[in-house]
Amino acid sequence: MHELPVTEQILKVVLDHARKAEAHRVVHVNLVIGDLTTFVDESIQFYFDFLSRGTEAEGAALHIRRIPARVRCHACGGEFAPDGVDWRCPHCGGLGGEVLAGRESYIESIEVE
Amino acid sequence: MRKVEVVTDIMSANDQIAQENAAALQSHRILAVNLMASPGAGKTSLILQTARALDGRLRLGVIEGDVASRIDADKVAAAGIPVVQINTGGACHLDAPMIRQALRALPLDEIDVLIVENVGNLICPVEFRLGETLRVMIASVPEGHDKPYKYPGIFTAVEAVVINKMDLAPYVDFDLDALREAIRGMNPRAEIFEVSCRTGEGIDRWADWLWTQWQAHRSAK
Repeated sequence: MHELPVTEQILKVVLDHARKAEAHRVVHVNLVIGDLTTFVDESIQFYFDFLSRGTEAEGAALHIRRIPARVRCHACGGEFAPDGVDWRCPHCGGLGGEVLAGRESYIESIEVE
Repeated sequence: MRKVEVVTDIMSANDQIAQENAAALQSHRILAVNLMASPGAGKTSLILQTARALDGRLRLGVIEGDVASRIDADKVAAAGIPVVQINTGGACHLDAPMIRQALRALPLDEIDVLIVENVGNLICPVEFRLGETLRVMIASVPEGHDKPYKYPGIFTAVEAVVINKMDLAPYVDFDLDALREAIRGMNPRAEIFEVSCRTGEGIDRWADWLWTQWQAHRSAK
């Protein structure tokens, strides 16, 4: 349910950039979201469709590039992608480590006319 | 059609205000703790125990976040602690503008440590920075030891995990070593505290850590 205020922020950034670029229509919005964040793609698109009505971004398609979680094992230093609830290092069997990727959440670009 | 580079964090509008909050708190040398947990994990109880343990050493202030009611704020006020209640009216988390508003109603010159009790929720609060110095979560014994794997967002984001209701451990299926191993695995830098707000067990170590953090924060530029 926190996707509503989050999507309000996304729309604001999109419209600011579209207006700065003197665009009259936003066709695509490219987002980058890590798998360790709590954002739900379908909810963001749902709220975006609702909030963007009557703006330059009405009807724009959101493209969400998901960044998988990536961890550096603190036992052996090897890198791995946790598989769901399994945070065990496939190289040495150690549990977890430093999160290298998966917490991203930004608007990469928009495509406008 | 043309492409316009944006590269702006989704949370940038909130984060901007969070930075202003952080600056306001820093100017009063206040250490701010964003306390997150499930409903019923013991957030208000931990605040009351912390106030007791730090009495005479540090002056506490509290912001209470709930969907509705003043129940928690009344408990905190009854202990003589300055408190502001935020009712989010349905929102599942606190955000930086709500904190900015609440700070205006607190006697900042009389507070050393501000504890912000977030809305009971392990998901939404994680994405909203408030201007806090530290993010702390409570994981209570009856919730079980497998929660880090189910809620990696919060467990990888916090500076400390307080395991509360340790007095219930003998009565429920709970594996303390498994929980500790999971937290260590996902967030090796997080401090772990085992406490019981009911018996007072472990509260001193947690309060001493807060005291150390406050001293470090106070001397930092």
